[in-house]
Amino acid sequence: MTSIAKPPVRHPSLRTNALGLTIRDYEGGMSTLCAGCGHDSVTAALVQAAWELALPPHRAAKMSGIGCSSKTTAYFMKQSHGFNSVHGRMPSVTTGAAAANRELTYIGISGDGDSLSIGLGQMAHAIRRNVNMLYVIDNNGVYGLTKGQFSASADIGSKSKRGEPNEQPPIDPVLMALAIGATFVARSFSGDKKQLVPILKAGLSHHGLALIDVISPCVTFNDHDGSTKSYRYTREHDLEVVQADYVPIVAEITLPDSESEVRTVQMHDGSAIRLRTTAPDYDPTDRASAVAHIRACQVRGEIATGLLFVDGESHDMHDRLKTPESALVDLPFSQLCPGAKALDSLMNRYR
Amino acid sequence: MPWEPDTTRPMEPTDVSDPRYYHKVVDCQWACPAHTNVPAYIRLIAQGRYTESYLLNRQSNVFPGVLGRTCDRPCEPACRRGRLEDKPVAICRLKRVAADLRSDITQFLPTAPEVKNGKRIALVGAGPASLTVANDLLPLGYEVTIFEKNHEPGGLMRINIPSFRLPASVLDDECGYIINMGAEMRYGTPVTSLRSLLDEGFDAVFIGSGAPKGKDLEIPGRHDAPAQVHIGIEWLANVHFKHIERIEPRVVIIGVGNTAMDCCRTAKRLGATEVKVVARRGRAHFKASPWELEDAEEEQVEIVENHAPKRIVVENGTIVGMEFDVLEWREDASGRQKSTVVKITVIPCDAIILAIGQENAFPWIERDSGVEFDADGMPIVDRTTHQSTNPKVFFGGDAAWGPQNIIWAVAHGHQAAISIDLACQGRAVTDRPPPGMTLVSVKNGLHSWSYDNDFDPSARQVMRHEELAKRFRDLDCEVELGFTPEQVATEVSRCLNCDIQTHFTAPKCIECDACIDICPTNCLTITTNHSPEHDLRQRLSAPAINLTQEIYLSEALPQTHRVMVKDEDVCLHCGLCAERCPTAAWDMRLFDLIKPAAGAASEHGELVQA
Repeated sequence: MTSIAKPPVRHPSLRTNALGLTIRDYEGGMSTLCAGCGHDSVTAALVQAAWELALPPHRAAKMSGIGCSSKTTAYFMKQSHGFNSVHGRMPSVTTGAAAANRELTYIGISGDGDSLSIGLGQMAHAIRRNVNMLYVIDNNGVYGLTKGQFSASADIGSKSKRGEPNEQPPIDPVLMALAIGATFVARSFSGDKKQLVPILKAGLSHHGLALIDVISPCVTFNDHDGSTKSYRYTREHDLEVVQADYVPIVAEITLPDSESEVRTVQMHDGSAIRLRTTAPDYDPTDRASAVAHIRACQVRGEIATGLLFVDGESHDMHDRLKTPESALVDLPFSQLCPGAKALDSLMNRYR
Repeated sequence: MPWEPDTTRPMEPTDVSDPRYYHKVVDCQWACPAHTNVPAYIRLIAQGRYTESYLLNRQSNVFPGVLGRTCDRPCEPACRRGRLEDKPVAICRLKRVAADLRSDITQFLPTAPEVKNGKRIALVGAGPASLTVANDLLPLGYEVTIFEKNHEPGGLMRINIPSFRLPASVLDDECGYIINMGAEMRYGTPVTSLRSLLDEGFDAVFIGSGAPKGKDLEIPGRHDAPAQVHIGIEWLANVHFKHIERIEPRVVIIGVGNTAMDCCRTAKRLGATEVKVVARRGRAHFKASPWELEDAEEEQVEIVENHAPKRIVVENGTIVGMEFDVLEWREDASGRQKSTVVKITVIPCDAIILAIGQENAFPWIERDSGVEFDADGMPIVDRTTHQSTNPKVFFGGDAAWGPQNIIWAVAHGHQAAISIDLACQGRAVTDRPPPGMTLVSVKNGLHSWSYDNDFDPSARQVMRHEELAKRFRDLDCEVELGFTPEQVATEVSRCLNCDIQTHFTAPKCIECDACIDICPTNCLTITTNHSPEHDLRQRLSAPAINLTQEIYLSEALPQTHRVMVKDEDVCLHCGLCAERCPTAAWDMRLFDLIKPAAGAASEHGELVQA
């Protein structure tokens, strides 16, 4: 929350991307979140990622539900499309939008309340369908808008601001996504843009649903001693197990010979991700290995971060449903709506 | 002081308790020789508090009304706004607003005590330097005597600056404030001997007699028609004293300094119809301020570049023209500008004014008076204390190191007054009071500050000018009309309030990145401090390529032991970093420089009774 809008003046040596836009052109309205909210940093990382990718703002759609996190779609890419849906229903609205127009880039922003409580089933089925979208969960472990009650992602033993510990087990969106077949799963931290921005870029380039769980501290209700989602706790327990570099299409991919742990995953659009693991037995392209490793970290009280799993062969919803190559709006009307005769013959097939 | 980075080791944390750091952030105040508190006086104008604004100005520059019209404005090229868009804040003309709209200030002026301290000071010349010394010393109980060869105070401000730029009434007021404190004025009294002045028993002598001699140009024909060739500043003085009231129709001015600008515009008012200002070099090398060039061109003065004077063409005892080498300038291998003569040309004219600079002249200082001179005939004067080799004799203004401008003379006057006070109180003149500062939070409440932090994108206001016909009819008609109230309201809001500092308290930082994300001009970075400054400057959110601007480096941050770095270059002082900071690690604080001033020695209770 600020008293004034961000001044339109910018640094005189600000660079432009391939579209001739500066990073300021990817900003949105002024945030009304609390000063120091992790979500604002996620927004800033998204702005940077979209600018670096030279994403045309008018070809993107920002999708959200209800909650502090879901407000943030107003704070970036003001020229983009947007849909602020009912609580927890962002995944299904995005599924519908993506079905109708597969040519837009879908950026879904949700929170631990929106996605892990009321919208848990929605999220699970969007993952199963592999809707081609970026799915960001701003995860702070509390319901900030209703003054700091524990959310479904709160860890056992994590203390509320009043000092009461949480006793229910948390839902880990990363493990859940891996269990139900997600093709791109990452975890990051709002306070670490060096890690977060390349992951967001990779996620935006992924063909399918890219789930990114971002630990994004609630500075008002969950940044105290005893919280397991505070800035300090996250910094002390964050263990980056996979370092990801996003390599755009134009860049030549040169693998360092000596580093056997570097894996290159080719993306659908021709770009690539270079993954560098810090654990010798970790394979971020192997689902079982990823699950085992993240679970082991969890037991040790560590927060495994990085691009934890990626499937380069991902088939999204449209591939599976064999839908037309273009957006429905671009189909000739005769094809989109073949008329009563065609409907009759279709119906006859089921008689 | 030049900025010199250590190229071998990482930077040390910035010490903001040293007033120099935050002072330098206030670019205008740093650039002003007298360190006028520009942002504070602009805020007072914004609040309609013109009298207070004028008085704040007067503390530093003594002549706000004069300088609001004539200052060379070192503050404006320094203005941070000029680095964000083309034009700086119109600082100088806002100063005039405060001067024009002030109410009677006499009740707020310092007064001289009834009981004097027994020290007598002689000031030579009643120009800006001497008057500043008098202004600073009179309230401390000094008896001040000013020797002036003319019959009015002001020096070059009166006789060399035309009244269409500076009305006499403005000058009268501001000289009067000082003189009425009780200076003894000896008008019509040129000092002819320093020795006899010292023999009168003065405890100190301050020489602020200016650089009164205009340079001559010895070329063929120079003395063949002397009545038609004038020396710039002498001619302006003669116009002032009404010894000269007309000039021939076609006038050539040699030189492109500010004196040349005053000469050409005065000539237009004395009947000249075709006025050409001729320069040896191209426009980029002109000495005149750009706005004075613009004003001259508005008055249909033609500026001729790359012409070197060769001879004056005289026929039958009268000037018919001036011959020039037309030059072409090229850079040679060593990067120096070299000229070649392309052709020779004659500019027809009836009168010539030479405005190619001024020189000092001290025929009245005996060479055995203890004041030593260098090979160029200039007195040897200490740059800080203004003391000459005779410990009782001090120099300031153009008399010290050659021609500068009024604001420098004022700055010299303040420093010389400190020295004279110290010397008269039996202290070493090098024992100067240090600068100080106050730093106070301007936070009123959550996201509420005691200054207007919103950025105004308005463009610089254009000064209104009197119509040409009216100007040329009346020599004393002031050209600049001042800003309208609407223009004032807009122009004051262009100021970025650089004296409201972004103050950082490292132990409070939780490294949430909020300040970095919100900063509109990419000033902030959290990074590791592992490399020297030149490398660090490249690693910031936006590379800090302006080496004249400092970068601030915090102590290690609590959580990751990285550091907060701020590039001061294009900070808007909008306060958004502080508004977005959840722990108030960033705060906006009003910086006020406490300038050293004469009297500090006496204030410490060490007044020496005579």
